[in-house]
Order: sequence, then structure tokens, then C-alpha cells
Amino acid sequence: MPVTYTSGEQVEVYRFSIPVTVGIPLLALFVQAFVPLRFPRFAVYVDLPLLVTIFFAMARRNPTSGLLTGAVIGLAQDMLGHNPIGIYGIAKTVVGYGASSLGVKLDVENAGARLLVTLGFYFVHAAVYFTVAHGLVNMTQTWSWPRGLLAGLANAFLGVMLFFVLDKFKQRT
Amino acid sequence: MESVLGRYRNLIILVGVLFLQVLGLAMQVKKNGTDEEKTRLIRIWAVDAMTPLERTLVWVQNGSGNLWRNYFYLRGVRAENRQLKEQIEQMRLQQVRLADDAAQARRLQTLLAFKEQFISHTVAAQVIGSSGSDLSRIIYIDKGEKAGIQRDMAVMTSDGIVGKVLLVYPSVAQVLLINDQSSGVGALLEKTRVQGVLRGTANGEVTLERVMSDEQVSPGETVLTSGGDQIFPKGLPVGTVTKVGNGRDLFLNIKIKPAADLSKLEEVLVLVEKQERQSPAEEAIHMRASDILAQRLPSVPDKPAADAKSAAATTGTARNGTTQPKAQIKQQLGTVAKPGLDSTKPVPAKTGISAPATASAKAARNPSGTNGVNISLLPEQPTKVVDSSAVQKSTDTVGASPSGSQPDASQAHPASAQPKLDTPSTTPPAKPQPPAGESNPQ
Repeated sequence: MPVTYTSGEQVEVYRFSIPVTVGIPLLALFVQAFVPLRFPRFAVYVDLPLLVTIFFAMARRNPTSGLLTGAVIGLAQDMLGHNPIGIYGIAKTVVGYGASSLGVKLDVENAGARLLVTLGFYFVHAAVYFTVAHGLVNMTQTWSWPRGLLAGLANAFLGVMLFFVLDKFKQRT
Repeated sequence: MESVLGRYRNLIILVGVLFLQVLGLAMQVKKNGTDEEKTRLIRIWAVDAMTPLERTLVWVQNGSGNLWRNYFYLRGVRAENRQLKEQIEQMRLQQVRLADDAAQARRLQTLLAFKEQFISHTVAAQVIGSSGSDLSRIIYIDKGEKAGIQRDMAVMTSDGIVGKVLLVYPSVAQVLLINDQSSGVGALLEKTRVQGVLRGTANGEVTLERVMSDEQVSPGETVLTSGGDQIFPKGLPVGTVTKVGNGRDLFLNIKIKPAADLSKLEEVLVLVEKQERQSPAEEAIHMRASDILAQRLPSVPDKPAADAKSAAATTGTARNGTTQPKAQIKQQLGTVAKPGLDSTKPVPAKTGISAPATASAKAARNPSGTNGVNISLLPEQPTKVVDSSAVQKSTDTVGASPSGSQPDASQAHPASAQPKLDTPSTTPPAKPQPPAGESNPQ
């Protein structure tokens, strides 16, 4: 299993330039909003802002910046919809915190680890989202395990590919 | 204390950020009616950040697509042209049939005093984005306040309805699709006319709710808008029934396939203006009713000297109690209630009294009213109710009482000519007539 426990001194902490920090999440939001017009299933199975949140959180390895990144991206995603603002925000805050906390403890630089981590966080995100939407906002939600599993795998595989592309923008501290 | 805070700093920040968001969420849910106004500014920021990119991409995509379709890829255009011509021929035939149906429908609407909602003005808009989430089924269009778009306007394609405008920004508008679970549209089944409420589900399907389980609904049946929601005009295509099953609480569970392909929307029409008006046939009735009333108005302008004598005789007869009685006026109303009749032309009557040919001819030659009656100078009667009451009043004023009067001989002979309606009353000082149904064939 490529997931290895690493001490705090061994793990590398990365940072990103401001254009990348702002531009990549915006691009992810844009693609997420635009592609479903041509490929309607895209919105069902892919959550690009979630992948970007996981990537930034794991690369920075700082829980505070991870949760803030998740909160900002999630809130922006909420603003594009018509549901109350904060549902995606809360879900992605939790994911950002979890991913950065995990990044501190585990080496998540290889494909296998990334696949599992992304799959796991997809379900964490879905669970928090559905809890908030159902419990706080009283939205009617239906959960389908086959569809959820398929979406989780789709996000995980896409995440692995995306993370390798985004690795190019990393800057060592 | 400091060490505790330092140790759990990240956790405290997490709890704080989550608490703030939950608080914000709770405030939005509590102020459900006005939350859109409260959160509008930050939504504007998000939409403003996204839409220029989307608009540009759509523009580039359309431009390149048009270049390819219009200049390079013209294969099969000739064959397509031939097919289209054939299709036009078929549609012309169909149009004739539909025109007949429409005329019949107008006549029936006239009888039932229906008011129609006409789509008078639409704005075409390009779809430039979506929410990006399957839990919020909305789209963004490239027209907003500047194009006259307002909240709650209906959005449709040529195939059927799409949704309604939810939020409006200066140059962009957010449209809630009919398959969103917070959407609701008044709908009815075309054949059985059973009404229900069209709703979206969490997984993006469209269902027709509130239809009792004892109703006969079969798959394939067409669903139309009922107009009950005050957003969509009545009769727009919604979709077709795909599945019918038993639902909860004695209601049927009816699944609908939307007529418009909601997953592949590119251009839509926003219904920016709709008019509620009477059908044309009914308008014709008002026109003619006002003409009839105009004949009995006392404030008739003076005539030129040439026609003074004849006009004096005419108005004099009217004031001397020789005006047509109520029943006869009703009869006239019924006689002229035909769509498409020109008010300047004499109307042949099936029943009624005869008028001097000279008066008719004069009025026909000089519709501007040298004899003091001019339709264009008179205000149009606004409603039917006014018409009937005015007729009643007018008749009562001149003291004509239809009760107990003898039927006019001329009414018994349907071949008699009807007096021209835009001329002064030239009715002979005869006896009042009973309604047509009560005419005595003696």
C-alpha cells in the first residue's frame, strides 16, 4: 500500500502563487457550471471544486488554510445555485480540514493514496452535505448507493489525474 | 490556557467557521421569504465572476460552430431543403385545419366568455451556465434586467416550458428549471382535463402530483400548462406521461417526460409580456353593442342642413318611444355576434325589422356621420356587463315595455331586412317585440 506514515519533518509543505490560488478554484467553478450544459451527467458524477479543495488542503498541509480554502470554495459554489448559501460551504470546510489534517500525517503524493483519499473524502462530503441539507434546510434528498459509488469512483480517478496536473503549480516553501 | 488554545487552534477555528456558516444558514432558512434579497449581493459577485467567462466561451463556441455549419459543412443541404419544402406543404395543410379549429374554439370561447392569455412579447436568450450541481437545477441566461426580464417570468422553448426566472441581475438571469424539486407548475392532462401540480424530484425527474387515484391517466398522454400558477399561460406543452402508478394518500404517482429537453438547453424564450384579453369574436360583439347604444344616445351632434329633416325625424321617433324594445336589441346583439363582420357594412338579418333603404345607404356612403352617428367618436364599451345593463337602461328610459306587447309581424318573417347598425334608429313606431324564442308565428 503506497500510503505511508510520515513524520511532520519529513512531509513537504507547498505553497501556491496568488494567481493559482485564485484562478484554479475559479476555473474549477466555471467548468463545473459550464460543462453540464453540454454533458448533463457531469454535474451528477463530478465535483471539481471538491477535488480542488482536497488538492490544496493536502498540499498545504495546514488545517487552518485547508478549512478556509474549503469554506471559500464551498460558499462560492453555493452562490451559483439557488439553495441557501452555506450547505456546500460547511461540507467543504469539513473536507478541507480533514484533507489537510490527513496530509500532515500521511504521504499522499502517490496515485494510490490520492485515489483512496479522494474516494473517502467524496463520501465525507456527501454525508455532511446531505446531513446539513436534510437536517438544517429541510431539503428532500435521496441517496442512491450505486450512483454515489459511481460518482465517488469517477471523482477519485479524475482527482488522481487532476492532481498530477496541478502538481506543476506547486512551489516548495 | 494559552497552550490549550495553541494546541487546539485549528479545531477551534474549524468550529468557529462551521458555527458562522450554520448561523448564516439558519438565518436564511428563518427569513425564507426575503433571503434572496439579503444574499443578493454576494450572489451577484459570484455570478459576475463566472458569467463573463461563460459568455465568452459560448460566444466563441457559437461563432466557430456557425462558421463550420454555414461555410464549410454544407453537405446534404439540398436534400434537406427538399425535405423542408415537403414539410412546409404538409404544414400548410395542417394550418388550414388548425385555423378551422381555432375559429371554432374562438366561437366557443365567446359563448363561455373566456378570457385568453396571449403571449405578446418574448425575448430570446442564450443559456450560458448552470449551477453545476444536480441538487440545484438552475440555468443562467445572458439576458437580465436590461432586456426587460423580471422575476417569475415564464421561460420556454419551442418544444415546451422550461422554467421560470428566479433571480434577475443586470445582464444575467437565473432560471429555475421545472425539474428542480422546489419548482411547481400548474398543469393539466390534455384529454381528460384533469389538473395537477407539476413538480421536480431530487433526482431530476418531473412528476404530476395531486391527481386522484380514481382518475384515468394513461402513458403517452400530453400534459399542458393549466395557467393556474399565473406564470405560464394556459395550453403550453409541458410533456408526456411516461409512467403511472399509485402514490401516497390516494394520489397517483405520474411521471412526466418534459417536452423541452432540459438537459440540452441552448436558446430559450423568456415570456416578458402576456396579455389577457377577450377573444376577437367577443371584441366584435362589444363593438357592435356600442354601436347599437350609440344610436340611442341623446347627445347626437348637429347635422348639416341637408340631412337635418331626416335626422330630426329619426331622433324624434326614438324619443317618442319607438325605440326597439329590449328583446329586439338582444336579438340584434345575437345577430351581429359574428366574428369578422365589418361594422360599416349592412348586416343582413335573419329576423328583425326592416329599415328604410335610404338611411342605410346614406350611412354606408358617409360613415363619418353626417347624420350624427360616428363609431370612431364614441367610446368603446369596456365590458359585456356594461353592455347588457346599458341596453336595459336604454330600453327602460324610453319607456318601451316588452311585456304584454304584441309580436311584430315582421319578426315572424325571417326574410325581413335588418336595419344597419351604425345608423340612427329608423325603427318604425311599431309594437315592441318579444324575444326571438317567444315569437308567435301567427
